Amino acid sequence: MSRRLLAMTAAALVLAASITACGDDSEGGSGGAKTLTYWASNQGSSLDFDKQTLQPELDKFEQQTGIKVNVEVVPWSDLLNRLLAAATSGKGPDVVNIGNTWSASLQATGAFIPFDDATIGAVGGKDRFVPAALAAAGAPGQPPTAVPLYSLAYALYYNKKMFADAGISAPPTTWEELVTTGKKLTKGDQWGLAVEGANISENSHHAFAFGQQWGGEWFDASGKPTFDTPQNVAAVKRYIDLMAVDKIVNPSNAEYAQNQSVSDFANGKAAMLLWQAAGNAFKTQGMAADAYGVAPVPFPATTPAGGKKVNSMVAGINIAVFKHTKDKDAALQFVKFMTSDAEQVQLNKVYGSLPSVTTVSGDAAFQAEEQKVLASVLATSAAPLPQVAEESKFETLVGTAMKELFADAASGKAVTEDAVKEKLGNAQQQMGS
Amino acid sequence: MVTTTTAPAPARPSTPGTGRTKKGRLPRSKLPYLLLLPAIALELLVHVVPMVVGVWMSVLELTQFQIRDWSAAPFVGLDNYKATLDVNGPVGKELLHSFWVTVMYTTLSVGLSWLFGLFAGVYLQRPFPGRSLLRTLFLTPYALPVYAAVITWTFIFQRDTGLLNELLTTTGLADDRPFWLIGGNSFWALLVVSVWRSWPFAFLCVMAGLQNVPSEMYEAAAIDGAGFWRRLKDVTLPMLRPVNQVLILVLFLWTFNDFNTPFVLFGGSAPEQADLISIHIYRSSFITWNFGQGSAMSVALLLFLLIVTAGYLLVTNRRREHA
Repeated sequence: MSRRLLAMTAAALVLAASITACGDDSEGGSGGAKTLTYWASNQGSSLDFDKQTLQPELDKFEQQTGIKVNVEVVPWSDLLNRLLAAATSGKGPDVVNIGNTWSASLQATGAFIPFDDATIGAVGGKDRFVPAALAAAGAPGQPPTAVPLYSLAYALYYNKKMFADAGISAPPTTWEELVTTGKKLTKGDQWGLAVEGANISENSHHAFAFGQQWGGEWFDASGKPTFDTPQNVAAVKRYIDLMAVDKIVNPSNAEYAQNQSVSDFANGKAAMLLWQAAGNAFKTQGMAADAYGVAPVPFPATTPAGGKKVNSMVAGINIAVFKHTKDKDAALQFVKFMTSDAEQVQLNKVYGSLPSVTTVSGDAAFQAEEQKVLASVLATSAAPLPQVAEESKFETLVGTAMKELFADAASGKAVTEDAVKEKLGNAQQQMGS
Repeated sequence: MVTTTTAPAPARPSTPGTGRTKKGRLPRSKLPYLLLLPAIALELLVHVVPMVVGVWMSVLELTQFQIRDWSAAPFVGLDNYKATLDVNGPVGKELLHSFWVTVMYTTLSVGLSWLFGLFAGVYLQRPFPGRSLLRTLFLTPYALPVYAAVITWTFIFQRDTGLLNELLTTTGLADDRPFWLIGGNSFWALLVVSVWRSWPFAFLCVMAGLQNVPSEMYEAAAIDGAGFWRRLKDVTLPMLRPVNQVLILVLFLWTFNDFNTPFVLFGGSAPEQADLISIHIYRSSFITWNFGQGSAMSVALLLFLLIVTAGYLLVTNRRREHA
């Protein structure tokens, strides 16, 4: 009896061991044909849509090179955690998409192959890429940790019919005009502007652009946080005041975090929206392309001291290669393929984003009004978010502080300069730890 | 937990040295330990190793610079704990705030869940038509997947389009649409969802416990002229004591550590009034990439829960012995 039990236990252990061993083996996927694993970020309306968009291209790549690529589309809410887990364990995909604001933070992990001159040469050379986009691929003075794949920028989207009905002929170019316009358009259930008040990264992106316009910096030259400077306080207050003082934003927006502001705009509940490449999202919500206009994000009428001509962050997605890849050459070949002219046109066209390489910007796919505005913003008035390792902390802490300020504004509490300074000061203190 | 459920019955007393210790056969007395081995190995793997790793992380300065090679992370001793538990510092102050919110939340949620569970269990004790239907209905929240259930609540709580505000305004209970997912009300919204989710478990346990109360006791109590409250106080509750002891402890631990409910309800960053400790720790480690500090908070929390649990078991067991 006991011998049988022993034998069974032993068998179970052997079985368990062999199962785990199998799990280890399949990671490599080496052998005859080369295989890469690729984690793509979610760019289209759903994970499935992205998979269907990417698969034919990956098949093309396999035909050309004989390298098979297994793609997994990872939702944004999981991507960073999964990247960190892969960096920690040294296992996982070969090639990944990363949000370009994470570049410097992820660069600091040392988990990715740096694109030094030789490496970037292997994917077509530095000059191929849009300079602003490449600047958002790692800390200055170091080889980029990734290369740009899709580029985006913020723009002001406005409802043409509402503007015409109110007798407004042109989109606002200054914040003062935006407020006047917004007040005209705020009536009944309709609001002048929609914001995503509880969305932390959206908030922090606006904090950056407004900060630049008001002459603020979130980090000093040595990389120390400078959150509660008078410039940053004024900048953040200007943004919150759109709801708190000007009352052109529905207080309900203070709880928006799942892109409800995009729905509000598409469904005619708000006349204006500040968003990055929103055209595709409007389309899924049933808003026709000729129903809305696109303009650059406004500036202050008189430039505050030290203010910069910046009205958007350089937004976008980069593509990076993990150091733990078993086949660096194949991985770089794949990066080269994804940033090739044909793929840049094909994929950016589907996703409504802009190419990250200079060679195809003149393509017919990018001549629509929206793409032209975004391209010109990206070329002339966009700046990368601070490329420091603590960038993700900045997004979390400042974005959360602004979420709380919006909550105060929505519940009718006065949002004073001191209140803003206190929140930003608190956020800065937490950076130090 | 694993060891207790898989442990075989204690070996029959056998005189050492005797028995059938033929060649190739293990002595009887060693077999139980051998059989325990897989359970111990799994217990180590699933519980102990992660805990030890957590403790180790908490004495390191582990940020994104070192996650690829933990051995490169500088040893900082108790610095993470100092920053975490220094209630005058910014980190400690926030953690303390979050701790009190969690204590309030847990007390109210466990108390209400237990009360609902108890009364529902008692009222459904006597058979009547439709009883099994009601029982099934009551258990539904417990059977639903957390994510689906809580996301439905977020829709209900939305200010402009939520069902709750629609109800409040059409019935004239509120003139203005209040916020439920931000500001002070968010705490109550979270509490409602939590009670809704956990009271069916209390109900289930109480119902099971009541099966063991002999009906003769109620009959005897009724003959003595005991009313509903008297029967509850002197028959039901004493008979349920062992069930309640475990039930309240389990509810306490689950609720105190609850991550899913606030995470789905508020989407990763809870408003300060409802900033539960699990979410707070998640934000301190994963989102700000300070894993050492997050671990220090987790270890401190673990110690706190251990102390509370040990104290609770000590007190309740002593009371039972005296009873």
